[in-house]
Amino acid sequence: MPSFDDRNMIPRGLERCSPRGFALRIAPWLLLFAFGAYSIYLCLRYGLNQTNMDNRFAFGLWIFLDLTVIALGAGAFFTGFLLYLMKWKALKSVINSAVIIGFVCYSGAMVALAVDVGQPARAWFTFWHPNVHSMLTEVTFCITCYLTVLAVEYIPILLKHRKLKQIPSFLVFEFELHRIIPVLAAVGTLLSFFHQGSLGGLYGVLRGRPFAYREGFAIWPSTFFLFILSAIAAGPSFILLTTKLAEKLSNKPLVRGGVYEMLGKTSGVLLTVYVALKSVDTLIWLNRTSPAAGFTPWEFYTFKPFGTWILFTEIVLLGMIPALLLLSARLRAKPVVLTCAAILACCGVALNRFVLTIQTLALPTLPFDEFLSYFPSWQEFGVFAAVLAYGVLVYAFSFRYLPLFPDEKQLTAPVEVEELEYVSRN
Amino acid sequence: MAVTKKNRRYGMIVDVDLCTGCGACMVACAAENNVAPAPEKATDRTGITPMRVYPVHNGAPADKRQTAFLPLLCMHCSEPPCESVCPQQAVELDEATGIVTQMPQRCLGCRYCMTACPYHARYFNWWDPQWPVGMEATLNPTVAPRMRGVVEKCNLCASRLHAAEDQATADGQPPPATYVSACVEACPTGAMVLGDLDDPTTEAQKLAHAEGTFQLLAKLGTGPKVHYHSSRPWVRSLAERSAKEQANA
Repeated sequence: MPSFDDRNMIPRGLERCSPRGFALRIAPWLLLFAFGAYSIYLCLRYGLNQTNMDNRFAFGLWIFLDLTVIALGAGAFFTGFLLYLMKWKALKSVINSAVIIGFVCYSGAMVALAVDVGQPARAWFTFWHPNVHSMLTEVTFCITCYLTVLAVEYIPILLKHRKLKQIPSFLVFEFELHRIIPVLAAVGTLLSFFHQGSLGGLYGVLRGRPFAYREGFAIWPSTFFLFILSAIAAGPSFILLTTKLAEKLSNKPLVRGGVYEMLGKTSGVLLTVYVALKSVDTLIWLNRTSPAAGFTPWEFYTFKPFGTWILFTEIVLLGMIPALLLLSARLRAKPVVLTCAAILACCGVALNRFVLTIQTLALPTLPFDEFLSYFPSWQEFGVFAAVLAYGVLVYAFSFRYLPLFPDEKQLTAPVEVEELEYVSRN
Repeated sequence: MAVTKKNRRYGMIVDVDLCTGCGACMVACAAENNVAPAPEKATDRTGITPMRVYPVHNGAPADKRQTAFLPLLCMHCSEPPCESVCPQQAVELDEATGIVTQMPQRCLGCRYCMTACPYHARYFNWWDPQWPVGMEATLNPTVAPRMRGVVEKCNLCASRLHAAEDQATADGQPPPATYVSACVEACPTGAMVLGDLDDPTTEAQKLAHAEGTFQLLAKLGTGPKVHYHSSRPWVRSLAERSAKEQANA
């Protein structure tokens, strides 16, 4: 039986494992994806009664994950912004990977959202009958447009495929696309700014949920700005983590050392600003917003298990600490510290999204109602598994067949060649 | 005779002291609005109860315990938090009547309005509505059943209001200041009164301004048009209960 050989599909000069090794590595993810696809089928065929959501817990695991995944995917637009608009050239070594991470995060979130709504076939209604006062309208428009931008940004990476490059018209197309990439980066930044913000605004505007309601500037509650800040603070950390993971799994260096520290420092500075503003926002909410609406804010934390520890964990353990670790040049030079701080930063953003979605809904609003708990059904976990497996598979195939990391060739080449190239360049 | 039309502001006053918690309003509401029987797997958190009676008590020991019942329905807020959040204008505050309407045929089922409503007065159709064979004959022809995957809520029996308006028009009269919703009609103790809160001739308007009348979560600025009345102080103070008292109750 002839064995499958894909060597002529792998970018020139790059080493990849055998097709059999690759198949073995992706097999578990394919299985997980199949399980997830079955869960998606069940939810679409039989409706949301397959979930454990209910009339009180109208949002559940999926919305929490969507918010988290979209925040972590912010690395795509922010890296593009820093590279193409701020001219941080060193980030060129991770931009392809960042675009794919962003594409995977956003498209995955869109799939989860399509399963999450009761009538997915009516998704276009928002474009036809938009309510301009709704944050969700802003989210829908911006995310749809930005996913299109990400897809266009993905095309030049796809066209770098060894076989596709042999088609002359594709080469011309790729060249033309490259010329508009800075424009796409600028458009992507603008769109991301608004949808990250409006995702935050989604909860901040809820007057009926005094735990989530925030004052703000003009029509935007403070959570609008905090979401943008936290997303662009965690985004670079997530790019750092995924690249490190790709290095670890492929067992070869993919980017030059300084890039990680640059990403770490960027995260650190932004996280510091975020933690400072989040603290101010929390103080304003505790001392003004909540009392003005007739509530004693600390009492929201009397409903167990969501005590004040969750506030402390979010702001100090998963905010201030990683911010300080990433700010210190001495500490972030240590790979272990850098990785741990990036993990903490990403967890901090996830916890922030958890608090706004799950804790907000668990708290009773009516004076005679009770605190509720909720645990997702296996179908809900299944849909999440599908999104996760889809992300891993898209990234794995992209890594294998596309030149994701421009520096990889030089970094993995025999030392003499690299030195010769270095000498010839200088 | 020229028919004068002015905006009305329909609301309801529930006398908590008269409510026995019998649940007739809930049954009448479900029958009037073609709410399908709950599937076997439905729970009290996934069923559809646009009118729902909450039992409450004064928190005293058993020998001194007092119980009251609060029928909870959509408050038809003057500043509805659900209206502004709907991404596709499926929720509307009708300026002519003050009724907050839900258009299930335009609803996407995103449930954002449900998270926005502090009264938990919105319900999602988790299942396809199904009636046992023969029971379709009992459906109310003036109300369209809702499909799976959309949100619904109390609309103050808008179809009854439309019928009353049609009758008034036929009689050459202005739109009625009062009409009877299914829950009001079914209440055996007459605990509920429905009417134009701006019309001084209605009983509803008088009761809304009577001593002992209160609203739920009025401090949120939602402007609820459903009022409650009780001569018992502990019932009234319940509406102002703090979160801490609630957590320890």
